[in-house]
Amino acid sequence: MTFFLETLIGGLLAGTLYSLVAIGFVLIYKASGVFNFAQGAMLLFAALTFVSLQEQGVPFVLALLLTSVVMAIGALIIERAVLRPLVNRSQITLFMATLGLSFIIEGLAQGLMGAQVRALDLGIDDVPLFFGEIMVSQFDLVAAATAALLVIVLALLFNHTRIGVSLRAVADDTRAALSIGINLNRIWQIVWAVAGVVGLVAGLLWGARQGVQFSLSLVVLKALPVLIIGGFTSIGGAIVGGLIVGAAENLAEAYIGPLIGGGITPWFAYFLALIFLYIRPAGLFGERTIERV
Amino acid sequence: MNSQTHCAAAPVELLAVQDIEVIYDGAILAVAGVSLRVGQGGIVALLGANGAGKSTTLKAISGLVRADRAQVSRGAIRFLGVDTAGVAPNELARRGIVHVLEGRHVFAHLSIEENLRSGGFLRNPGRRELERDLERIYAWFPRLKTKRKTQAGLTSGGEQQMLAIGRALMTRPKLVLLDEPSMGLAPILVEEIFEIVAQLNAREGVSFLVAEQNLNVALRHAGYAYILENGRVVGEGEAHEDIQHFYLGGRSA
Repeated sequence: MTFFLETLIGGLLAGTLYSLVAIGFVLIYKASGVFNFAQGAMLLFAALTFVSLQEQGVPFVLALLLTSVVMAIGALIIERAVLRPLVNRSQITLFMATLGLSFIIEGLAQGLMGAQVRALDLGIDDVPLFFGEIMVSQFDLVAAATAALLVIVLALLFNHTRIGVSLRAVADDTRAALSIGINLNRIWQIVWAVAGVVGLVAGLLWGARQGVQFSLSLVVLKALPVLIIGGFTSIGGAIVGGLIVGAAENLAEAYIGPLIGGGITPWFAYFLALIFLYIRPAGLFGERTIERV
Repeated sequence: MNSQTHCAAAPVELLAVQDIEVIYDGAILAVAGVSLRVGQGGIVALLGANGAGKSTTLKAISGLVRADRAQVSRGAIRFLGVDTAGVAPNELARRGIVHVLEGRHVFAHLSIEENLRSGGFLRNPGRRELERDLERIYAWFPRLKTKRKTQAGLTSGGEQQMLAIGRALMTRPKLVLLDEPSMGLAPILVEEIFEIVAQLNAREGVSFLVAEQNLNVALRHAGYAYILENGRVVGEGEAHEDIQHFYLGGRSA
């Protein structure tokens, strides 16, 4: 039982990191209908910027702020140079654009800041903590708490600010939002900037785990099953999807792994996503269309 | 009977559409040669069957055509004497044109109150000013107030239409483009909504350009009307007499 709980909790905590990456996707998908393949590259860019600043001796909080500003400026440029010219084009066009964008951002990040693996120290001790019999990683706990805090901030932003309500309005009905004078371009800029900051947080936590390097941008691929399970249009879905994937991966590795020789973690999430596609293609929390005429 | 004809002589006309042509996807002609005028404080009806070009005409005026990959390829639209070519929809809303789309288009996942508020953000009002505007809308549509926390997508068709109009009014418009407000609603609700439109017009001086298939109710409340067929204006006149003649006697006004 202790082993089961430990595996489960470890998985759930690791899952919050998946959730964090997935939230970045959901934000942009909801507001502009784009599956932003460049989210992973943005994450890498943010983490690299932060590390580079820290290496220059910039203190933690200042580096965090500066990187956020850099991500916001990046959002402005992306909106102006990529989204606005392609407005009203088909989804696949926009998807291809973000695919191209991801290579540009990755190239830019590595060109400016180098391709070698950088260690990122957030100053969190990775010592095991014991709750009764159960061992939990302190780093995982801090990471999960950070993710939770970010989600609370986002929820407050969405529900209690004018910008948040406008964002949700655009997500619901772009045309109606235009008709009452909501400035779509500004909303996109804000959403991409927020997604950039979410990417920064996710990038730092992932980066502290596995080092800041090119492969960080591949977390996009890990976010896909999370989104399929949770639904592309729901932040709640992204959270739950991440937790499910994290927990399922850990449990499968521990219990099914020994039976088939291990190595389950890399593919189990996709297997799970496939099952969800069969039985619940919109995901657990995918937008249920409200229709009543 | 109404001030329409006098307004035509007023120094600046609210809206003047001159011989516009609208093309979808660079090829399909939806509107070919529509001209119409809305005077300050008028209610003008745009009548015609499905596909006659009513919605496209309204979208050309509000600038939303471009969201449909269409464009005004000929003619001119002047709002308060200023050519609106190339002006973005949100800027047009700021200048006073608001469009209530066909099929309501409320923000389904937002509450009624959030829907209304979203219309008010445009002018960046203070908190108190926004509350005042909200109360003003609730005074016009008391039914919305009783359901203010309800998700808009879960309310009835009539309530959604009222919400769409109320949300538009939150922008403090000079001209409301109202597309098919009667669609899918019971006659008694249609009557109620047109009654409120007439009151808004009379008491707050808001002008309306209403696209309708329901001639009867539209003609009863409008001062002037245009008839659209196949993307062209085929008749126009005082709503009460000329247009009814047009339909009954086939005489072009």
